[in-house]
Amino acid sequence: MSDTDKPNKSNSLIWGILFVIGGLMLVWSMSTSRTGQVWVTPEHHAFSDTGEVNDNNDAVWKSIDPTAATTTDITWTTYEVVPVSELIPAMIDSGDATLSWSRTIGLWLSAIFTLFILSFLVGDNPAYKFAEAMVVGTSAGYVLVISIWDVFIPNLLGKLFPAMVQGWSLPGMDASAPAELLYIIPALLIVMLLWQLMPSGGWISRWPIAFFIGVTAGYRMIGYVEADLVAQIKAGMVPLWVTGDTGEFDFWLSFNACLLTIATLSAMVYFFFSIEHKGLVGKVAKVGIWFLMITFGASFGYTVMGRIALLAQRLEFLFGDWLHLI
Amino acid sequence: MYRILKDLDRRWIFLAMFLAVAIPVLARLVFPEVVSKQAKMVFDAIDDLPDGSNILLAFDFDPASQGELLPMAQAFTRHCSIKGHKQYYMALWPLGSPMVDLSIDTIEDEYPDMVYGEDYMKFSYKAGGEAVIRMIMQDLRGMFPLDSKGTQLDDIPMTKNIKNIQDMDLIINVSAGDPGTKQWVQFAATPFGITTVSGCTGVQAPQMYPYIPEQLAGVLGAIKAAAEYEAAIDEVYPSIAANKKAQEAKRRMGPQLVAHSMMIVFILVGNWIFFVARKRGEA
Amino acid sequence: MKRTVPLAIAIVAGFVLLVANFIPYAEDWSLTAQEWFNILAVGAMLLGGGNLIKLHLMKISSKKAGWGYSAVTILCFFLVIVVGLLQMGVHPSPNYPDFAWSGYVLEEGSGLWWIYAHMVVPLTSTMFAMLAFYVATAAFRAFRAKNTEATLLLVTAGIVLLGRTYAGVWLFEGWLPESMQWLRFDNLTVWIMEIPNTAGTRAITIGIALGVVATSLRILLGIDRSYLGQD
Repeated sequence: MSDTDKPNKSNSLIWGILFVIGGLMLVWSMSTSRTGQVWVTPEHHAFSDTGEVNDNNDAVWKSIDPTAATTTDITWTTYEVVPVSELIPAMIDSGDATLSWSRTIGLWLSAIFTLFILSFLVGDNPAYKFAEAMVVGTSAGYVLVISIWDVFIPNLLGKLFPAMVQGWSLPGMDASAPAELLYIIPALLIVMLLWQLMPSGGWISRWPIAFFIGVTAGYRMIGYVEADLVAQIKAGMVPLWVTGDTGEFDFWLSFNACLLTIATLSAMVYFFFSIEHKGLVGKVAKVGIWFLMITFGASFGYTVMGRIALLAQRLEFLFGDWLHLI
Repeated sequence: MYRILKDLDRRWIFLAMFLAVAIPVLARLVFPEVVSKQAKMVFDAIDDLPDGSNILLAFDFDPASQGELLPMAQAFTRHCSIKGHKQYYMALWPLGSPMVDLSIDTIEDEYPDMVYGEDYMKFSYKAGGEAVIRMIMQDLRGMFPLDSKGTQLDDIPMTKNIKNIQDMDLIINVSAGDPGTKQWVQFAATPFGITTVSGCTGVQAPQMYPYIPEQLAGVLGAIKAAAEYEAAIDEVYPSIAANKKAQEAKRRMGPQLVAHSMMIVFILVGNWIFFVARKRGEA
Repeated sequence: MKRTVPLAIAIVAGFVLLVANFIPYAEDWSLTAQEWFNILAVGAMLLGGGNLIKLHLMKISSKKAGWGYSAVTILCFFLVIVVGLLQMGVHPSPNYPDFAWSGYVLEEGSGLWWIYAHMVVPLTSTMFAMLAFYVATAAFRAFRAKNTEATLLLVTAGIVLLGRTYAGVWLFEGWLPESMQWLRFDNLTVWIMEIPNTAGTRAITIGIALGVVATSLRILLGIDRSYLGQD
């Protein structure tokens, strides 16, 4: 168990200090600005039937001035967020800007969830576990929904039942396109894949898994050979005697080219594990390791940069979007 | 001092890191940016194209890496918009599709003269990863029968005459992992010779250098490169320089400097503890 | 049936993709295979969702420790599925306003958009933001210059960490002679990335490519059958 998992008195003290400081910041922010509020302006839309039909024999509609809409027209309202910096009392008084409760509640929930996850730094706690459970559930559900609407319906159902899909959710499709019955095969393969969830007959899912593996092996082999093997070997063969723009020998460019070649070859020698790393091979492999360590050091530096940017963005959200401190 | 530091509760380190990032964020610390060679290469790859060129923008990242990548994605959008390039957006990550929507929101807010279907358009998300890339290099309509709004590609002016991605003049890939830049290099840039530039996370950036310059025309690695790219755009386009929303990466470099310095201190102090412990025979 | 047919499927599918690179007539078959791959990927996601439900329901029914959190997971999962599949709060497409289901499911203001913007984004991005703290403790507790190799790694990391910020320029401003500007940390970082890093990464890339080729060949020739599982 890590030292921050052990229950100790300092945990309570830390939580107490955090709540006091956080509470004070919240009270000060709410008293000086519209903390955590999201204001919106409505945008009305209206559409009228032109009386014409398109290639699918569906009515053609056109956008009209919402104030001229009649009962036979289709209308709806969308909302645009008004940045707090642009929000003036006149907009609120005239009703142009209204407080959006759904987005305001959403903003507070976003901030609370962010703090729940950050609370893990003090110690494991129910709030973090609750947030963790939500991450798993919402992410999985979201990915499934998007895949169904963006892939399953247009690329499978749209091929097998074009008229039905066109009449239901994809009116832009060609309704007269013939059904492509070959797509029954991927549909069957999906059913076979889902058989893995059954208590018995799991071997049925081997067919679609084998298809995945075969296709992946096939195209990856070509992709890696072309881009990562042949092209990289070609890129590694650089002239070692380099002349500058004037045509004269350039020492530093030549030095860099030689160093690049030596470093690449020595690092590759290190990865030859079928030869014992003794004698000359051992010395070359040692040089290779040094260059690899420089590579990993550079990777570490860049990785740190990446992680800190993510934290900075979350703090910008908390301090800016939620608390309006910046 | 040695004992205190040796047995230091890690939560003090967390607090130090938190303050190292929070204080510059609150103080809005910003530093000047010097445009590096890589940022210039990426800038030139987009800027040297004739106005109105076809550009595929593939946003392969999600909210987990938007802190690093969203500023450069937005910078790419603004640069392409001001050059009048035709922008074709797509995403190979399910959580990447809303990232494209943010770019489209930027176009609608800041370049209202641009028309969907004539100047920019979006393909919906597809699940096959590199198989999608491989397919659209040959047959766009086989993978995308419709655009994200449900319109057939033949009915959209800017896709009517596009058979496949080989008709693109440039591919811009913003990538956080797999599928991402590596797959675009393997299945688009290398076999078909399409000029490709990449914006990627700090974790990925060092792995992309072997592809430069033959397979990748340039790489923006992490938020620093994004800030340099913003600086390169600002030098040439004053209207973007005056736009506060277009300086997001530069704003994030303030916390970077302080936090990086803090990391150096941690490494030095940690090693001091190690050497003292070794000297005392405790290591 | 249980092993022979899947083995044949893997070999045939793989060779179709391989051969299509060399024989244009096979291109159509490979495009079909890739379309099916894209569709099957959705099947894999359905399987993942099904597994998620199965595992968490088992945890709830056996009342294992932490079963309440499994209930939260399943509740959130089904909430997103219902809101997303029923397109709650989604307006029709402006091009086809009479088709109620023609709208974009992630339209700003819709139910799924709300869940994405106020639940998925803060939760996933904060999860990854936590890594900054762990990297800091790792730097303090684990990164030791124990030998030459570790020292090389740490020195390089230090140069890159400072070189990729304004500190790399500022530390040398005003006193470093023009001829020694290459020692400035930002210039050194560029050199490190272009020469040693490129060399090391190139070696690793070539090694991985050889490994992928070997593994793919083993699958395509039917030597590696581990994906078929046990009988």
